[in-house]
Amino acid sequence: MVTQIIITVVVTAIWVGLLAFFYWGCERGVEKPRLVGTFGILGLLLAVSGEYYGLFVAPPESAMGDVYRIFYVHVPADWMAFMALSLNFVFSVAFLFKKNWRMDSLAEASAEAGLVFGIMGVCTGSIWARPTWGTWWTWDPRLTTAAVLLIAYGGYLALRRFVDDPEKRGVWSAVWAIFAAVDLPLVWFSVKFWRSIHQTQSTPETIRDPRMQWSLRWNAFAFLFLLIFFVMSRYRISRLARETEMAPPPEALPVGGHA
Amino acid sequence: MNILRGAWVILAKDMLIEWRTRARLNALLFFSLATLFLFSFAGSSDTSLLRQNAAGYLWLAVLFASVLSMGESFRIESENSALDGLRLAPADPRSIYLGKAWGNAILLWTLAVVLVPFMIVLYDVSLTMGLPRLLGTLALGALAISAPGTIHASIASNARARDVLLPVLLFPLLVPALLSAVRATALVIEGDPMDQLTSWVRLLIVFNVIYWGLGFALFPRVIED
Repeated sequence: MVTQIIITVVVTAIWVGLLAFFYWGCERGVEKPRLVGTFGILGLLLAVSGEYYGLFVAPPESAMGDVYRIFYVHVPADWMAFMALSLNFVFSVAFLFKKNWRMDSLAEASAEAGLVFGIMGVCTGSIWARPTWGTWWTWDPRLTTAAVLLIAYGGYLALRRFVDDPEKRGVWSAVWAIFAAVDLPLVWFSVKFWRSIHQTQSTPETIRDPRMQWSLRWNAFAFLFLLIFFVMSRYRISRLARETEMAPPPEALPVGGHA
Repeated sequence: MNILRGAWVILAKDMLIEWRTRARLNALLFFSLATLFLFSFAGSSDTSLLRQNAAGYLWLAVLFASVLSMGESFRIESENSALDGLRLAPADPRSIYLGKAWGNAILLWTLAVVLVPFMIVLYDVSLTMGLPRLLGTLALGALAISAPGTIHASIASNARARDVLLPVLLFPLLVPALLSAVRATALVIEGDPMDQLTSWVRLLIVFNVIYWGLGFALFPRVIED
């Protein structure tokens, strides 16, 4: 119970911290690409050491043996996907209310990073399911929801590519993102409801070994730094792209009269 | 009150355009009939299998048709910048949404109702719980497709590659509504010994409330300039 509260507080703090960090820090990254790169290198180093720890130091799981070790990639990737996509919702709402361009670029950056981590999570999960459940895919609510989510945000990115006017692109994709964010819990709920009429599937994961716990935490922080790296570099690209989009062509500059 | 009046005027205008040619409904009908036939080619021609999946096939045919239909409902407004004219009219933009979404829902419901006899004949199903319940379920499903569909159609109609974009935007979001519509319809067809119909219908109503509320609130931002 106490650990539960501590974990909730820590996760919430990380989420809020990430939000604040992106809100104030993203502009800094545009001027200083090296700062962004530092996060990437840090994340990579942490990930390499974390995966080493997870592969060689942490003990094998009692029932699954070594197969379980893919969790050190799978679980952090899914956590980061969830973080990024929930941030996308916040940035979308903020853009719709305040029309702040920073929010638009951050929404795009977080959706793209979230999609990358989400695909990673589904692929590693599928690889794990093959030896454990004996199949690549089952129509479990969680899997179905994750797949629907990924397809949905693929559509979001397609929408952003297909609208040329930056203002319309921002508003429309924000409206879509709000729809998606309200809808996705419903998808989860309905799919679960649909399945649970026939059977309930439960896989309680209780990790007791501290080496396993620390390996997971270490990797989670590695992925967190990678997420920051992805979002900030994607923000930088998005920001520079919009600058060129919005810049008037040289001959269209006002010559005189009312400008 | 003003919003509802505006919505009614727009609905009447769209229905009149549709009634003058009846082109859209006819084309949609043949499109979804073709889909119903194609489903029987996808699997075996095993009648019991087709009967089992009849509700799902019906809704998929309606869903595929809905993308074409809703895209068309905004394409007619993009000719001669008719949408700008609508926006200039002294009416709430939300009444444009309501009018369009009602129109789409009515069209989809009509399509679904017309498809029912074909479904009965082609897939050899019987309406165990009677026609009124089926019509009600079809109406709820059509409403649940058209509320988010109208918003996303108005977005996609102004983007490049709109015909590809609309299904990509819409289909993942329609999963809960589609799922509950299919389950409810299947129960109406096959009978409902466990009394599950009420919970699926209730779920469908919840989706409707959320979709219509969101659409109503967000649509003015979509068409503003």
